[in-house]
Formats: sequence, structure tokens, C-alpha cells
Amino acid sequence: MLKESIARLGNRTLQGVGRIGFAVRFFVAIMLHSGTAFRRFGLTIREMYFSGVQSLVIILVSGLFVGMVLGLQGYETLQTYGSEDALGILVAMSLVRELGPVVAALLFASRAGSAITAEIGLMKATEQLSAMEMMAVDPIARVVAPRFWAGVISMPLLAALFSAMGIFGGYLVGVQLIGVDEGSFWSQMQSAVDFEQDILNGVIKSVVFGIAITTIALFEGYDAPPTAEGVSGATTRTVVTSSLTVLALDFVLTAFMFRGLS
Amino acid sequence: MQHDNLVEIEDVAFDYGARPVLKGINLTAKRGQVIAIMGSSGCGKTTLLRLIGGQIKPRQGTVRVAGESLGELNQAGLYRLRRKMGMLFQFGALFTDMTVFDNVAFQLREHSDLPEDAIRDMVLMKLHAVGLRGAAHLMPAELSGGMARRVALARAIALDPQLVMYDEPFAGLDPISLGITGNLIRRLTDTLGLTSILVTHDVHESLKIVDYVYFVSEGVIVAEGTADDIRASDLPYVHQFVHGEAEGPVTFHYPAAPYVEDLRLGRQSA
Repeated sequence: MLKESIARLGNRTLQGVGRIGFAVRFFVAIMLHSGTAFRRFGLTIREMYFSGVQSLVIILVSGLFVGMVLGLQGYETLQTYGSEDALGILVAMSLVRELGPVVAALLFASRAGSAITAEIGLMKATEQLSAMEMMAVDPIARVVAPRFWAGVISMPLLAALFSAMGIFGGYLVGVQLIGVDEGSFWSQMQSAVDFEQDILNGVIKSVVFGIAITTIALFEGYDAPPTAEGVSGATTRTVVTSSLTVLALDFVLTAFMFRGLS
Repeated sequence: MQHDNLVEIEDVAFDYGARPVLKGINLTAKRGQVIAIMGSSGCGKTTLLRLIGGQIKPRQGTVRVAGESLGELNQAGLYRLRRKMGMLFQFGALFTDMTVFDNVAFQLREHSDLPEDAIRDMVLMKLHAVGLRGAAHLMPAELSGGMARRVALARAIALDPQLVMYDEPFAGLDPISLGITGNLIRRLTDTLGLTSILVTHDVHESLKIVDYVYFVSEGVIVAEGTADDIRASDLPYVHQFVHGEAEGPVTFHYPAAPYVEDLRLGRQSA
């Protein structure tokens, strides 16, 4: 019994490590075959429409509501200390540094990541990828790499829009609804938020998240068993794995970026 | 130098994991011929096509297409050689996000710098050859199975290849589409000077159009010959296959323990 379960554990670990190895090789292959995605940028733009533009609704609406909630909760806490003028700082900092990149990435993983996995998985299951290979067209260059770069480019833009909508939501609730002074809301925000420390770090985060999510989504699709269960399982794994990866990466990046900041 | 044989397979063996699929296959396809590879489902016919296309590599033996040994080619060489090949997949494998026109134009756009006018003419000519010029604007989801396969055939011959491979071109077609597809394969082979290799288990339809037949069973070639040889053959396997008999060297049952034993007959129930 014990021997068997140890063997099973070992087997599963080996499989897991093997899959990580395949994923890394897959990532390297994408890098090496990215020429087409840039030479024929139209291919990448087309995919940016599918993964970026079509994610706009969920990103903008969520951003607005997250910002509105931040406005309400922030005001409740800040007014205890009589510093409700700092509401603008609180809303902007939390969005630009954390919530913008992270929540936008989680939404992107479930909206665009799952769609990418399902599409690639079904293309494989219906032999479209094999057909492409037989037509002497490399599917990594023609299908995978444009989707990768589209995701990597879209992610920071979506995160920026999420943060902008969030700040607008915080303004609506804080200034228009509750009545925080509009001048101090904007001016404190402007003076406290640092371009390099806050905004640039947020952009770096979302680029990293974009790389992680699209790589996982593409790999899961490319690696999916060519059956109905195979593709559905791969889609689920994309959402779960990439969400967890985003949260873990966020901790690591935050630890490096904001260590020792006062 | 033009080789007389477009495809030469010598002593090829291939395994899926521990399961041997092909064990020492020899096969040649002369230019201008229609060759059929027949055998029951799961005997390794499709694997053979994938070997010729270079999608998988044999464990032993050599596969030569147009005089080039596939095992010695790198990816660039393989892709160069594949431009001389077309492949018709079992269910067409059309790109579902493109129209019929764009599917057929795919290779022309990928591999040439032809102006769009020229591409348009070439695509319409290929579609006309398969009788679907009027369907150019449709999406693959709007086509019937037989039409999708004809579009895929037009796509396979888009670059005027020397070799076209067909994976089960007759599976799941109605009698009319069946006849149309069979005639189309023969006609295109003759008019375009192609070599066609089809993998099929439809004996009657394919015997009408092929020049030479190979029978594959359990990983080896068990019989070969012209259509007439095959019809007249008295080899038990070929006879069973051609006449569709239930009894013969190929058994209906998957290998299992004796029936009586499996049902636990003759044993006292507790």
C-alpha cells in the first residue's frame, strides 16, 4: 500500500516536472518562431482584437465597480482618522500598484485565456494544425506566436484601462456621491503617485502576467488530448493554473518592487 | 533526374510506445499512378501516410519521396519537400475561421508573393475543378461532409503538388458523393499528372479507380497487385476483405479470455 502510494506520488511528480519542461521548450519555440508575428503584424492585430478588444466590456465594467467599492470602503476607513482627503491616493495607489494588474489579469485569464486554449485545442482535435504542417506552414509561427504577442501587448493596455475606469469609479462615489473635496482628491493623487515607482511597476507586472497567462493558455491548448474531454479539461486547467500563477507572481514581484518603501 | 518512383518505402517499422504498428513495410508508388493502401481499421494505414508526410519518423527503414530520404532532412528541408505534397485529411480539416476561398488560397498566400488578382484566378480554377466555384464565399460550417472534402481536395492541389495523399476519402459519404469523389481523384491524377496514394477500407469504390493496391494487416503487407489481381485473389485475407465476410483470418472478437470462463459458467454460485 505505502509502496504503491509513494510510487504514485513519484510518478505524478515526474509527470508534472516533465510537463513544466515541455512548457518551457514550448515557450522557447514561440520565441524562436516569432518572426512571422512581427513581419506580418496584421496576424497579431487580428488576435489582439479577439483577446484584447473583446475583453474590454468585462474589464471596463469590473474596473468601474472595483473603483466604486474602493471609494466607499476607503472613505469609511479614512474618515475615522479624519483624512478623507486622501481618498484619491488610496484609490489610485491600490489600483495602479495591485488591483489593476492583478484583477485585470484574472479576468483576462478567464475571458481570453480559456478561449485561446479551447480554440487551439479544437484546431488540434480537428487536425487543422496537422493540415497546416502538411502545407509546410509552421503552426507555432502562424497560429501560436501571433496569439502570444497579442496577449502580451493587450494585457498592460487592459490593466491600464481597468485602473483608469477604477479611478473614475472611485471619483464618482467619493466626490460626486459622498462629497469629498474634488480638488484635494485629484491633487493629492497627482502628487503622491510616482510614475516610476507606481505606474511603471504596475505596467511591468501586467506584462509579466500577460506572458504567463498566454503561455499557459497556448501550451494547454497545444498539449490537449484531441477529444472533447481533453479540450474541456485543458480549458479548466488554463483558468486555474494561470490564476494561481498570477497571484504567486504578484507576491514575488511585489516583494522585489516595493521592499523597503515607506 | 526524374525518378520513376515518386515514393519508395523500404523495410519501415514504427511503434506507438511499446505497441508495434508497422513491422517491415515495403511499398512504392510510381509517378502518375493511383495507389490504394487497404486494411481494416487500426492496422496502421494512417500511420503510413503520416510517415510519408514526414510527420513521424520510422524506427527503422527509409522513406523516400521524390528521391529525398525524409529521415535525413531537417525541418526546413522537410517543409520544402512538403510543398510538393498535398494531403486530404479524413474530415477535411478545413480552417473553420476562414471561408472556402481563403482556405484554398491559404498556401498561395503563405508561400508566394502573388498579387491578389492572380491568387483569385488560381483559387477559382481549383474550386471549379472540384465543382464548388459557387461555394467560394461559404464558411466550412455551412458545407456538407462531401463538399468539405472536395474543398479540402482543392486546397490540397492548390500548389500543384506531385503527390496527393488521401486519408479515408470515402468514409461517411453518400453514394453520389462517393462516386463523385472517386472519379475526381482519378481525373485529377490523370489531368494534373499527380501521384495519388489513398488509404481506405472501401474496396469497391477504390478498386474502380486504382492502379495498384497494397493490403496491410497487423503491420505487414499481406497482399499486393492490380485491381484485377485483387478481385481474383484467393488469399484468405483478401477474399474476406473484398467480399466483406464475417468469418476468415480477421476475427470479429477482440482477443479475450474464453467466453465460458468470462461468464463464470460451470462454476457453483455461492
